[in-house]
Amino acid sequence: MTLQTTRRGFLKAAGAGALVIGMGPKGLMAQGDDGGMLTPFVRVDPDGTVTAIVKHFEMGQGTTTGLTTLIAEEMGVPMEAMKAEFAPSDPEVYNNLFFGKFQGTGGSTAMANSWMQYRQAGAAAREMILQAAAQAWDEDPLALRLENGMVAGHGDPVGIGGFVAAAAAMEVPAEPRLKRPDEFVLIGQPGVKRKDTPAKIDGSAKFAMDVQLDNQLVAVIARPPRMGAVVSNFDDSGAKDIKGFAMAGTLANGAGVAVFAENTWAAIQARDAVAVEWDMSKAESRGSDEIKAELMAAVDAPAEYDAAGKPEDASGIEGAATVVEKTFYFPLLAHAPMEPLTCTIRPDADGGITLLDGAQMPTAPHIALSKILGLEMPQIRVETLYAGGSFGRRGNPAADYQVEAALAFALTDKSRPVKLVWTREDDIRGGWYRPAFAHRVRVGIDGDGNIVGWDHRIAGQPLMKGSLFEAVMVRDGVDLSSVEGIADTPYAIPGMYAGLTDTAKATSILWWRSVGNTHTAYVMETMMDQAAKAVGRDPLEFRLAHLPGDRPEQVRLAAVLKAAAEKAGWGSPAAGRSQGIAAHFSFGTYVAEVAEISGNAADGVKIEKVTAAVDCGLAVNPDVIKAQVEGGIGYGLGAIMRDEITLEGGEVVQSNFPDYEPLRITDIGRIEVEILASAEAPSGIGEPGLPPAGPALANAIAAAGELPVSLPMASNGVSFA
Amino acid sequence: MTTSLTLNGKPVTVEAEPGTPLLWVIRDELKLTGTKFGCGVASCGACTVHLDGVAVRSCQTFIEDAEGASVTTIEGIGGKAAQAVQAAWAELDVVQCGYCQSGQIMSAVGLLSETPKPSDEDIDAAMEGNACRCATYQRIRAAIHRASDIMEA
Repeated sequence: MTLQTTRRGFLKAAGAGALVIGMGPKGLMAQGDDGGMLTPFVRVDPDGTVTAIVKHFEMGQGTTTGLTTLIAEEMGVPMEAMKAEFAPSDPEVYNNLFFGKFQGTGGSTAMANSWMQYRQAGAAAREMILQAAAQAWDEDPLALRLENGMVAGHGDPVGIGGFVAAAAAMEVPAEPRLKRPDEFVLIGQPGVKRKDTPAKIDGSAKFAMDVQLDNQLVAVIARPPRMGAVVSNFDDSGAKDIKGFAMAGTLANGAGVAVFAENTWAAIQARDAVAVEWDMSKAESRGSDEIKAELMAAVDAPAEYDAAGKPEDASGIEGAATVVEKTFYFPLLAHAPMEPLTCTIRPDADGGITLLDGAQMPTAPHIALSKILGLEMPQIRVETLYAGGSFGRRGNPAADYQVEAALAFALTDKSRPVKLVWTREDDIRGGWYRPAFAHRVRVGIDGDGNIVGWDHRIAGQPLMKGSLFEAVMVRDGVDLSSVEGIADTPYAIPGMYAGLTDTAKATSILWWRSVGNTHTAYVMETMMDQAAKAVGRDPLEFRLAHLPGDRPEQVRLAAVLKAAAEKAGWGSPAAGRSQGIAAHFSFGTYVAEVAEISGNAADGVKIEKVTAAVDCGLAVNPDVIKAQVEGGIGYGLGAIMRDEITLEGGEVVQSNFPDYEPLRITDIGRIEVEILASAEAPSGIGEPGLPPAGPALANAIAAAGELPVSLPMASNGVSFA
Repeated sequence: MTTSLTLNGKPVTVEAEPGTPLLWVIRDELKLTGTKFGCGVASCGACTVHLDGVAVRSCQTFIEDAEGASVTTIEGIGGKAAQAVQAAWAELDVVQCGYCQSGQIMSAVGLLSETPKPSDEDIDAAMEGNACRCATYQRIRAAIHRASDIMEA
């Protein structure tokens, strides 16, 4: 989802902590003796340590490094002297500026929405410290500088800690002076290391799964075998012999039986020993073949909504010299983050609770828990811990797993912390999938090899309708997340029509890394290739011909295409290898990729190399950006190669990694990433590396055979070496 | 059932039912949470520890099989290979979400302890069972080679 940047000034942290609700019991952010809050985003301790208060969770995308860098840069503090700490839940102060009064991470917006806000916070903190020093020394503040974490310009440089108390009492300057890009010493520079590396290589990093509170109960849920079934009855007599089993109870919404024990293993065993009778009357009973058939029929019928143009706009296809037509299918996908879902609810002395969670969207569980537990918002604190990946799964506006934890907690006497743990089987079978989609595309090309009509039909279950994001992501009935990357393609395509049909609910669904672009890029970029091939044109040259440079996005997409092609040696693969190219614009960022493979679909494809070129605006941390592109390519290709969730009689067939096989170290030979220099504001990077990877691979396979049109490839005729 | 073992060089005694995976004893009883739960079926490697110096999946190692054994977790690793691996992981900023990395490091240390100069094929064989959903594989491979160089220097 692509949302517009808004810019706004600062909220004054009156009295340091007054605006901050949800502060932890440690008093970390309380006012009074800990008066080091200069702005809501910067705290300075008396010893001079600067802590960035990070409003976005860390799922590996690098926010604890990136946002900390912005503050360090503007403040004049070295990264080594910086700490990062997750913000409490407070949508008034820590909201995502693209999401309204909602605190959350998603849509590759963490850096893009924080870019000015965190730089301003660092710059304001710098000016406040210098102002305080100037007053202490009766010096002109303009004569002072903050360098290397020290105040310079008045004798020997002095640490900043001694000025914190006076600085914290000041007004936050509304428009502090920001550095010019040519003054940056951290932003855009190589060698700024990740802040989270040390704790993640010695086992000390605390993830939500690592919460071990005194006296905690662990809850594991017995879940319905088919989506929509509810508990009729259960018998926990089989669990009573399991040492550590505490109790079992039906969740108030009927969606499962919570089984409590003194430790995780006992809870898992007890859950398996509880016999549950399910009311299946409203449960899903279809198989994925039926769901697929419905989608395939929908793209053959007139569309429900016009997403781009009108059907007659593509009439040039009739009578075109060449017509290429393909129908595509994309299956349900699970996110399967490495850390299974988990969170803990701890009762606090004031009668409220603290949610300990790898909280991607703290506002959603904050509101949900308030309703379920009958608590006022300030009685609920959210403490964010590291998240072991997400790929969209932890950012559910419905707060599904936190709601489960609250319903489980409500079954207890609320005297003990309750830690909810999902097993991997719960994760794979528990719903909230990337929805299945079908596309049918007909492209007409004239005798000169130019596109004269593009008729594109899309069908699938809409993600945004009925969600918190409906107001911005649904227009005239069109769920923009179903058609992103098609209706807004940078290509100049004459005679383009895109029609969308929503299909009825099959499963609970949720955005999956890069959202609609997971399927739209695949279709757009394989069809561009098929069209080029049909008229004997080079796929790179054909794309560039449809990017005439009339708009900035055409110039930028063409630039990454040329850069990736040059770096990959486009057109001259090594002996026995084939290449495929693809490019896509998503989340404000332009990425082109070239996949180079050996072998073929029948004997086994080996992905030898993927080369990427990226334009994501100013590259705040080039190495983190490269890592995100490497990871996006891997995550996307793993799914496209061999992953799918299928249903039989309403039951999910897959259950764990052996049948939902993740990408392995042996699957991709090498990935190379080039970042194009840019002076534009930073745009998204967590997701945009993913969309071109699948079609680049598909086009490489098609260069020596048939184009895979049904995914995953491994279930549809492509073997991998 | 009482089990005695050596954990990260210190003798410990734990009470656990036979059949309890070593993983859950380490995490829930001994409160060392660097060893991760990922799949429970030895399919992802996040729970990798060293049992008498050999990298094993602790989710499929039962507590009775650890009687009298020496167990090393990410919190307790040391020695030339471990130091080299951690230094290389830091130098190349391998981690993203980090959840699998304890297991990756335990497997890499196991590999380098046996094979100080591994080929790409050696790395594939030793690391294929360690899944990383962030797909940090390219850096893992490079960091193992780098660690090998550090060990040699």
